[in-house]
Amino acid sequence: MKLEQMYQEIILDHYRSPHGAGLREPFDAESVQINPTCGDEITLRVTLDGSGDTVTVREVSHETLGCSISQASASVLTDLVVGRSVTDSLKVLAAFQEMAQGRGQVEPDEDVLGDGVAFAGVARYPARVKCALLGWMAFKDTVARGSVVRGSVVHGSGVRHSEKEGA
Amino acid sequence: MTAVASGTAAAVLDIEKIRADFPILSRTVRDDRPLVYLDSGATAQRPRQVLDAERAFLEQHNAAVHRGAHQLAEEATDAYESARARIAAFVGADPNEVVFTKNATEGINLVAYAFGNASVRTALGPESARFALEPGDEIVVTELEHHANLVPWQELCRRTGAVLRWYSVTDDGRLDLDSLELSERTKIVAFAHQSNVLGSVLPVAELVSRARAVGAVTVLDACQSVPHQPVNLTALGVDFAAFSGHKMLGPSGVGVLWGRGELLAALPPFLTGGSMIELVRMEGSTYAPPPQRFEAGVPMTSQAVGLGAAVDYLNGLGMEAVFAHELALTGAALDGLAQVPGVRIIGPRDLADRGGAVSFVVDGVHAHDVGQVLDDRGVAVRVGHHCAWPLHRRFGVAATVRATFAVYNTPDEVAALVDGVHAARDFFGVS
Repeated sequence: MKLEQMYQEIILDHYRSPHGAGLREPFDAESVQINPTCGDEITLRVTLDGSGDTVTVREVSHETLGCSISQASASVLTDLVVGRSVTDSLKVLAAFQEMAQGRGQVEPDEDVLGDGVAFAGVARYPARVKCALLGWMAFKDTVARGSVVRGSVVHGSGVRHSEKEGA
Repeated sequence: MTAVASGTAAAVLDIEKIRADFPILSRTVRDDRPLVYLDSGATAQRPRQVLDAERAFLEQHNAAVHRGAHQLAEEATDAYESARARIAAFVGADPNEVVFTKNATEGINLVAYAFGNASVRTALGPESARFALEPGDEIVVTELEHHANLVPWQELCRRTGAVLRWYSVTDDGRLDLDSLELSERTKIVAFAHQSNVLGSVLPVAELVSRARAVGAVTVLDACQSVPHQPVNLTALGVDFAAFSGHKMLGPSGVGVLWGRGELLAALPPFLTGGSMIELVRMEGSTYAPPPQRFEAGVPMTSQAVGLGAAVDYLNGLGMEAVFAHELALTGAALDGLAQVPGVRIIGPRDLADRGGAVSFVVDGVHAHDVGQVLDDRGVAVRVGHHCAWPLHRRFGVAATVRATFAVYNTPDEVAALVDGVHAARDFFGVS
């Protein structure tokens, strides 16, 4: 296994200039996710449009304290979900997760995952899968909360959810 | 590769001969790269002598110890108790003061839970009252502790109303002795002998003296010292100490809690059940003297025998020589890494009161990514917070790269580490 198979140029590009980096206001929901094995941390915010079955993702912003894989993954995530319906974005999430946890045995669909297919090499390194999924878990959490907020037509300060470690 | 020539004591070690005892060191990883194993602080590799001792025990003598009167039971018990005696001698202790545990984490929890049990104060003998904690009592730790010597004390505080306080750490990775004063309410002072991240060796004598002055009990996490330097627990003056077998060339699943005899004799049990009892009636039970009081159930046996063999192996090398060899490697790593631009050592940069853990960050490259490049070159290091999260927070970093050395490592392997860090900077374009 060569290093370049994991750190594909697409990943390094996203790492060097990540999309969605820097937390933005206002937002509908926020999630902080921690990788307890390494201490990496992401704060991710979403803003949603519409209501009911037609809720779409208007904006994603994040601050990632982590390795190149977690930062690039959050950047690719931003590209993949902004403008999509929440329902579709969760399908992308499922495909990404399946690939990332597939130990290199899952053939990724570029039509669904776009730049996300570059993370197929990461799936061969079990210790790095959590890095690739950190942002996606934060996104899943915010969407669940944000949708609730949209449904009850609450705007403004947003819902914050922190998974920060306790003691 | 040649035997290490630095240091007079180290010169007696034939490292190539030692390496030949460790079968795993001759394997390759990641596209036929020779394995460079620099993660012995997490778990050490095991020599054939340890593997053989476990196999021989299981093939010839296996039985449940301290039960049964058949021949195998006698032989197994003798092997188990012989291992205890040799391990005790290795750390300057009496065999009756050595309790086998699953690992050091269990050993520290044993002490913490025994204190908690004493604090309940119901139906225990008066001798256990000395361990009872009251709300407002203090348990003191340090900011550099491994979670195993921190979280059990947080939990004991939660259960008893005691208050956790801690010594902080200086910028150069030493314990700041001015950061805290013990009080009459201090009942326990728990600290590492050597930091698993910084490599710094703590001033045990000073901490023991301070604890004694206020009547507090000391608990030493000796996980990173016993495997790497001569340690005499009795002479150190601490009250309890814990270490793990798998970090000292021995098996996993076995560790040691050592306690001063008179303290163990008064300490209530933690885990209860078979073989730790003196007399059992339906209304209640009395307990065996230590160490049996703290070894409930059929214990790990081949692992204890394997740890005995590990201690024999280390004795054969001589712990002074082991220490000198590892210190020479540590010096080479510190010197080599100092030449890499953008590398910041987290811990002392000098060799005084220091052991072989070298942790660092590389400007512009996350520790995980450094570790990945090293792994691609066959160099195995630890990345992350190494179960010392508060310490990493204190240094303002989420994660570090950590290289740790054992007796089987060589200067060439240190050079491979330094080359790999250069390569990581090249790969991520920060050079």
